[in-house]
Amino acid sequence: MTYKAKFRVWRGDDESGDLQNYEVDVNEGEVVLDIVHRLQATQAPDLAVRWNCKAGKCGSCSAEVNGKPRLMCMTRMNTFTEDEVITITPMRTFPVIRDLVTDVSYNYTKARMVPAFAPPADLEPGDYRMAQVDVERSQEFRKCIECFMCNNVCHAVRDHEENKTTFSGPRFLMRIAELDMHPLDTVDRRKVAVDDHGLGYCNITKCCTEVCPEHIHITDNALIPLKERVADKRYDPIFSIASLFSRSKDTRTPAPETPKG
Amino acid sequence: MATTGIHSPGRAKIDADTLRTDRWWLQPLGVFLALTAFVVYSAWRVFSGKYYYSAPYISLFYSPCLSTTCVEGTEPGGPISWWMLSPSLLIAWIPLTFRFSCYYYRKAYFRSFWLSPPACAVAEPHSAYSGERKLPLILNNLHRYALYLALILNVVLTLDAVLAFKTPGGKWGYLGLGTLILTANAVALWLYTLSCHSCRNITAGRITHFSKHPLRYKAWTFVSKINEHHMLYAWISLCTVVLADFYVYLLASGRISDLVFFSA
Ligand code: SF4
Ligand code: SF4
Ligand code: FES
Ligand code: FES
Repeated sequence: MTYKAKFRVWRGDDESGDLQNYEVDVNEGEVVLDIVHRLQATQAPDLAVRWNCKAGKCGSCSAEVNGKPRLMCMTRMNTFTEDEVITITPMRTFPVIRDLVTDVSYNYTKARMVPAFAPPADLEPGDYRMAQVDVERSQEFRKCIECFMCNNVCHAVRDHEENKTTFSGPRFLMRIAELDMHPLDTVDRRKVAVDDHGLGYCNITKCCTEVCPEHIHITDNALIPLKERVADKRYDPIFSIASLFSRSKDTRTPAPETPKG
Repeated sequence: MATTGIHSPGRAKIDADTLRTDRWWLQPLGVFLALTAFVVYSAWRVFSGKYYYSAPYISLFYSPCLSTTCVEGTEPGGPISWWMLSPSLLIAWIPLTFRFSCYYYRKAYFRSFWLSPPACAVAEPHSAYSGERKLPLILNNLHRYALYLALILNVVLTLDAVLAFKTPGGKWGYLGLGTLILTANAVALWLYTLSCHSCRNITAGRITHFSKHPLRYKAWTFVSKINEHHMLYAWISLCTVVLADFYVYLLASGRISDLVFFSA
């Protein structure tokens, strides 16, 4: 069944722009990205849109559909009614380049600031031995497709441009959590998590988790556990003293201060 | 118009603070009303200092009852003799701090009361934001201490539920509606408390090698499982708390008498 659907698509660049109205054919089984492509093919050949896999795996087509961060290729048209006006905008946290394409380099800058995985110096690659239960936790985070919708929706930067210098967003705090829980990593990342990546900005309101297309429990399994690990070291006087006398000492070396990106 | 946040220079120029079309305000509004109602109710009960004991039941807001002014029959009914206000105030701060610093309730009040953010992808009304980096919110990092106290309190409340199987005269073998309510409340509180994120960290969340600590790993696995429903337990236990207290209030103030299923 084909029907004509009404769309409002944001067109513009970093100086100006607005929502423009279109009517586009929709066929059964289609997703929002199909419609954007049809729009490009029939009415707006200069419409800029970033995409790659059309399978929810490359993380390129992040945008906002009816105000919610979504992968356009994974948003089925049958989730809307036929008379609904569907609004498509670029992500609203990152600078816009043109139309639906944003400049996500904030994320790359933050990614570079995360201290790299540091296995023990005397361990040759190929000699890594880890128990399955020890790596399981961090494996969940490896599902990330780097769509950056979590960083886009996080109000700490979405609503406060000035925090972009001090806060790395859920994506990279999750990366720090992943490495901090890694059984072979020799670096203690709890200090940089707070001082360089702004863990304290997160008020665990869980929007990152709500939008993640990979359904990673970012808040429950990465951010809160990281906050608790930080509390062990930084805020909990009794635990800090007790751990000085503990048999299983934490032998990790603190991560070096991060070069500011 | 504001020039920060989503209206910052360089970002797509869109006037609306949100383009969401669903009723995103419904949930924060509901949470706001429910939590406000709870705060008003518990403030009334905590400060009143009345109608908290009707053998064999004690209201959880007053247990353990630590001042000598506690009514006859409550435990331990001392040792604090200089306390002139409601005895509830001596302990009610424990569950209050526990819930206030709970990761779930933090989400709830940051969204519903502080609108930071009111809902996802809805611009918050504040011009500056510092998260939980400053006093007093930085104290939320000490949630684990509230957990320790709450665990102790849970033991007391569990004892209260056990004692509710005694007749008002003190003989074992009694089952009233209150017994069921107090028991259900104790169960709900244990689920809520044990599913706590700090509890998850303490069991094994903080260690890196689960394989070296099989028992702790087991405990962590269990806590993780119930932790997924922490929000649900937070609400269920909030309801049972009110129910248990209100039932004791109704009995103690003589408005109703206990529905007795069995009595020795
Ligand atoms: S849970 Fe924390 S990191 Fe995730 S969106 Fe909310 S404030 Fe940002
Ligand atoms: S964590 Fe989820 S939302 Fe964030 S970048 Fe990865 S896949 Fe996208
Ligand atoms: S196009 Fe690859 S995720 Fe949508
Ligand atoms: S009680 Fe909710 S996280 Fe601890």
